[in-house]
Amino acid sequence: MAGVEMACVSKRFGDVLVIDKVSLEVQAGEFIVFLGPSGCGKSTLLRMIAGLETVDDGTIHIGEQRVDTLPPGKRDVAMVFQHYALYPHMTIKENLAFGLKNRRVPASEISARVEAAASSLEIGDFLERRPGQLSGGQRQRAAIARAIVKQPSLFLFDEPLSNLDAALRARTRIELAQLHQQLGTTMIFVTHDQVEAMTLADRIVVLHDHRIEQIGTPMEIYRRPATKFVASFVGTPKINIVELTAAKNGAMTTAALPDGTALETCIPWNASFAETGTTLGLRPEAIRVVAQGEGTAAGRAKVVERLGERTLIYAELSDGTMLTTEDRGDSQVRPDDMIGLSIDSSNAVIFTNEGRAHHGTQVSN
Amino acid sequence: MLFVMPYLCLFILMLIVPLAMGIRLSFTRGDLFGIKEFVGLENYARLLADPVFLRTVWNTVYFVILTVPSLTIAGLLLALALNRETRWAAIMRGIFFASFVLSVTVVTLIWRLVLIPNGGLAGVIAKAFGAEPISFLGDQNWAMLSIAMTTIWWGIGLPMVLFLAALQQVPRDLYEAAALDNASRSRMLFAITLPAISRTIALVLVIEIILQFQLFGQPQLMTSGGPNNSTRPIVLFIYESGWSQWQLGYASAAAQILFALIAMVAMVQYRISSRKESR
Repeated sequence: MAGVEMACVSKRFGDVLVIDKVSLEVQAGEFIVFLGPSGCGKSTLLRMIAGLETVDDGTIHIGEQRVDTLPPGKRDVAMVFQHYALYPHMTIKENLAFGLKNRRVPASEISARVEAAASSLEIGDFLERRPGQLSGGQRQRAAIARAIVKQPSLFLFDEPLSNLDAALRARTRIELAQLHQQLGTTMIFVTHDQVEAMTLADRIVVLHDHRIEQIGTPMEIYRRPATKFVASFVGTPKINIVELTAAKNGAMTTAALPDGTALETCIPWNASFAETGTTLGLRPEAIRVVAQGEGTAAGRAKVVERLGERTLIYAELSDGTMLTTEDRGDSQVRPDDMIGLSIDSSNAVIFTNEGRAHHGTQVSN
Repeated sequence: MLFVMPYLCLFILMLIVPLAMGIRLSFTRGDLFGIKEFVGLENYARLLADPVFLRTVWNTVYFVILTVPSLTIAGLLLALALNRETRWAAIMRGIFFASFVLSVTVVTLIWRLVLIPNGGLAGVIAKAFGAEPISFLGDQNWAMLSIAMTTIWWGIGLPMVLFLAALQQVPRDLYEAAALDNASRSRMLFAITLPAISRTIALVLVIEIILQFQLFGQPQLMTSGGPNNSTRPIVLFIYESGWSQWQLGYASAAAQILFALIAMVAMVQYRISSRKESR
């Protein structure tokens, strides 16, 4: 088990900068998720830790050892690839044993480790089969088993769940979380799926435009996003971001929505709020639907989306601003109904026109 | 069925019918003016007793042994060396493939110029080392080797591009997984690359066996089958007995033997590689 330390790491492909001076410290035993949209550089960053991409600038340490000059096989890491990358002409058993043989692990120990990994991932029955004879989920398990038998100090996962169907993905996610608890080994997991990131991570590293946008626990990322990008990337349904007119209210800020609704916030006043382009972020669950005439604001329901345990209502304010709001699962609201909106501004976020987030002083859960 | 009809008709008309006519011809004695009489297996019996024909069979087999493994291995090595995205590799791929598009007349002309003992490139090199120039095409021991050399130079482009195409199909993440598995380069070659392209290796072997058994143009133009029949292949024998001596039945029987030989060797090769596959 070892931590990872990246210091001022950069990477270019030709003239294109794909990683721009990224620094990051991962604690030993931590489950870290790199989250970001496609093309943000998250996979490249992972591959640089693995040694599959060279590092143009900066250093990478795994534990005490500097690894950015070592070949991949000498870094004591194991990786699970997006397309599994199982050796197609070898049986699963040979796939699992391949890396160990290359490290000259004694045969008796190889078979013991393969047996143990196979039984913990329930692939014992498939050991003599080839990857082509297995289903996607079984291949995924074999790929994870191949990583486990190496007993590495660091596991790397490159979007390993993206090829599975929804049910299998949810199941494998839970199994990965259990695996991490069981092994306690440091894991770095790359995904563009925020649900995977929220459920698996001890800490999430949000990447955007080749840089780290924010590092934090899942709830920090969700509740106190550092930037407008993080706020809108994390959370389903998406956070409402609306134009606002901010006014100083003692030390705090009063935010007026485009339709004139004034919201008292606990966000300390900042002079930059007066500039145009300042916006307000409100999570859908902070806007509850109430009877017409009640609540802080009024709107008209445009689209009603029933999700079972809750209902999403896309409401239009009098000036045309659209807000995503939440109601109970048995909501009686129909499209075109006039509704009242009760807005809880305690978790509201104000974004300056450069996208920096300002949070309230106290956060209620 | 309807869809393959046009091709099937053409196939029967252009391949099956001539093949059947050829087999029939091989049981007859005939000349320029047509088939004279049915002679049964006489042509085959004569062939198997004909020392010149037996020599051509050995020459052909010897040539195949010289060229097919070399073309396959050298083609594979070239493909492995040139399977990269650099400009230099692209230029080299072009150069090695270029010889393949040349006509046999051009190729043999180039190599005759190289191999001429006096004034040829080989002679100049031999002299530079103080050795006596060898008459490559005039020496029984060297002539077939020289033709094999010429053929490898000429034909290396085809196996190379086939192997390049196969190598580019091998998923890159397999090599990455192997690198993380601490595999050396030779281990990657034997554990990943070769198994991944095994079908192409079998394909190249079958294609080359069929191609090289049909050796004709190079000895005809370079040595006319000499010296002392040492470079006369089966096809040249068929050509001469059919079109110079007008023994159509005899030539046709020799052609059937060549056909059987190619079919047999290709099938044995196919069996071996498919058994390996299923193992």
